Amino acid sequence: MSADAHAASHEPHGAGHGHELDHSHASHGTMRGYLLGFFLSVILTAIPFWLVMGDVFRDPRTAAITVLVFAAMQIVVHMIFFLHMNTKSEGGWTMLAAIFTIVIVVITLAGSFWVMFHLNANMMPAHVPMEGMGGPAGMHDMTPGVSPPHGGH
Amino acid sequence: MFSNLDLQQLIFGRLSLEAFPYHEPILVATFIAVALGGIAIVGALTYYRLWGYLWKEWFTTVDHKKIGIMYIILAIVMLLRGFADAIMMRAQQAIAFGEVNGYLPPHHYDQVFTAHGVIMIFFMAMPFVTGLMNYVVPLQIGARDVAFPFLNNFSFWMTASGATLVMVSLFVGEFARTGWLAYPPLSGSSYSPGVGVDYYIWALQIAGVGTLLSGVNLIATIVKMRAPGMTLMKMPVFTWTALCTNVLIVAAFPVLTAVLALLSLDRYVGTNFFTNDFGGSPMMYVNLIWIWGHPEVYILILPAFGIFSEVVSTYCGKRLFGYASMVYATVVITILSYLVWLHHFFTMGSGASVNSFFGITTMIISIPTGAKIFNWLFTMYRGRIRFELPMMWTLAFMLTFVIGGMTGVLLAVPPADFVLHNSLFLIAHFHNVIIGGVVFGLMAGVTYWFPKAFGFKLDPFWGKMSFWFWVVGFYFAFMPLYVLGLMGVTRRLNRFDDPSLQIWFVIAAFGAVLIAIGILSFLIQLFVSFKRREQLRDTTGDPWGGRTLEWATSSPPPEYNFAFTPRVHDLDAWWDMKKRGYVRPVGGYKAIHMPKNTGAGIVLAGLSTVLGFALIWYIWWLAALSFAAILVVSIAHTFNYARDFYIPAERVAEIENERTRLLTAGA
Repeated sequence: MSADAHAASHEPHGAGHGHELDHSHASHGTMRGYLLGFFLSVILTAIPFWLVMGDVFRDPRTAAITVLVFAAMQIVVHMIFFLHMNTKSEGGWTMLAAIFTIVIVVITLAGSFWVMFHLNANMMPAHVPMEGMGGPAGMHDMTPGVSPPHGGH
Repeated sequence: MFSNLDLQQLIFGRLSLEAFPYHEPILVATFIAVALGGIAIVGALTYYRLWGYLWKEWFTTVDHKKIGIMYIILAIVMLLRGFADAIMMRAQQAIAFGEVNGYLPPHHYDQVFTAHGVIMIFFMAMPFVTGLMNYVVPLQIGARDVAFPFLNNFSFWMTASGATLVMVSLFVGEFARTGWLAYPPLSGSSYSPGVGVDYYIWALQIAGVGTLLSGVNLIATIVKMRAPGMTLMKMPVFTWTALCTNVLIVAAFPVLTAVLALLSLDRYVGTNFFTNDFGGSPMMYVNLIWIWGHPEVYILILPAFGIFSEVVSTYCGKRLFGYASMVYATVVITILSYLVWLHHFFTMGSGASVNSFFGITTMIISIPTGAKIFNWLFTMYRGRIRFELPMMWTLAFMLTFVIGGMTGVLLAVPPADFVLHNSLFLIAHFHNVIIGGVVFGLMAGVTYWFPKAFGFKLDPFWGKMSFWFWVVGFYFAFMPLYVLGLMGVTRRLNRFDDPSLQIWFVIAAFGAVLIAIGILSFLIQLFVSFKRREQLRDTTGDPWGGRTLEWATSSPPPEYNFAFTPRVHDLDAWWDMKKRGYVRPVGGYKAIHMPKNTGAGIVLAGLSTVLGFALIWYIWWLAALSFAAILVVSIAHTFNYARDFYIPAERVAEIENERTRLLTAGA
């Protein structure tokens, strides 16, 4: 692909593009950076293994959440040390793209959890009258005689 | 044990003679017509020895302009197919009342409405929008091509490959009977055991590869290849909307790919992501597909907004009112479009907190959209308005889209949506915004940029015929559906009991006939314009008094677009250059480095079509073979080092001198 890109871009060292290219060259990593990233990744992988195999947490839910937190940290390490993400590369575009991606992923995941958690909030058993639908959720949940969302089967 | 049946299954999978619908007279007649037309076209191409020309100049091209034109041709062909489905539905609903069953049996009618939706969104609107962006964006930013020219060719052919699979489903097997989003559990293997949903899945997956890659390509082009001096806030509005649209594509389409992959796992290997039992949740599919589906709506409409912005400022001879607010509105819509998806399923049963959140975000999104309408109005205010065709489409859009927007805000109120969900009111609403917004925008764009692409204007008489039949036809076709929706008539019915409703459906069918005349007029317009091309010829390259860089070069532009990369000092760069007495350089040309054509894109897409077909019909040996072939061709393509060439300076001088001659002759 890079051959194509080069072929098509006109005067790649023209005035408008020069400084951007310099940044992208400068952002390639150093030996020290790679080694640091490698050690951090190893540590961040080893700890979750130890947490799970050594049965450190009694509650599996706590263990799962802790492992997920380490996974998120691992992603950040990879982005900084291996993908050379910083605020300056490509004139800030990589950072902007990363922020946008994170926003969209958070919206998608958090939104899906919220939406799916609420899936049955209004799905009352068939015999319950429909009057409850108009009111706000809080009041409606407290209406006597209306069974809670999961009680209807 | 090798009985006859097993051998046949091994070779043909589930494909058998029964898959061919020779017992359906409508399909047989269609097939004969298509076959005759196809033979005529193939015969004509052979007779005039055009195959070599088509292969060398078009099919293998990496020129963004030719690829853009091919996208639009694909879109027009699919528009005809999708519209044929539409008019079949209108005819069926106009006659099927009481005892009369109409001419379309339910299993056929269900395929027709599914195919109509899928084709119009994925294979008409998407290629049309992508085609215009492909053609215009590199010219508007003063670039010589897109960032990845081969990828562009490959993307186009993958889209065409998906379209081919949908067309094949007409004559081999069946198409999905599930509605255009194929909700499970109906689309699961227990309720749709046939090949219809598999055609749907693989057509969209293959076309999706093309869409995603072209999104990546255009983002890279806009971010990296703008002419020197063109900062972000000096970018033409159409390029801005193209940037936001492609960001939406890149962020949203992976969700579609993932959700369809999960659905195919359910269907092919028996997982239970979206089934009714074993822990599956069909609502998860609905949730995920609308996380893609709502941004998709904005993917289509944002470029249309861009077209209207260019058209309004050009035909009013004024700088666009509120350029910065236009840009911010576009960016805000881009973000907000990810926060509204639940309004497509308010009725699923979620609580008031969820419904009111998504209702309010939906209403908020109308604010930036409204700001845009006011910007266009204020651009017209005290402008020297020329009522050329693109401007007429824009005015029709502004009127129609405001109505569609208001019914949209109405539907955003959850209690109202509980009443109107799945009714014809909804159908009327989204056709109101998609036809009144996207289609009118595309028609404006085609009329506006046609002289740039071909060097002559479109015939105004047939254009006006098309315009009036489209606009009037739209109102006749869809206003009755609002009425019917408010009366509680639901969508996707192929027969009605209540004869008092019939008159509304007859009016809607009449509207569809008017639109048919509008489409026909458009085709006649293309033909007549080609016949009269000498009278309609434009030698200046700037027939409308344009403002942006695409009008700075000749029409049609040379394959390298600009002999010298323009320098940008102001928004509306070409207007600024004209105002400051720009003198076109007539010497000092240099050799131009260009990408070379390649057949790898069409070969890979052809193999993908075979792979899709094999997966649909369970022809496993063919699937394995075509998949292996795809890998081999991709790897072989990476060894192709002869990818570029230079247009010698003498050749550039020749082309540019010819333009100088035309310009002086015309002056």
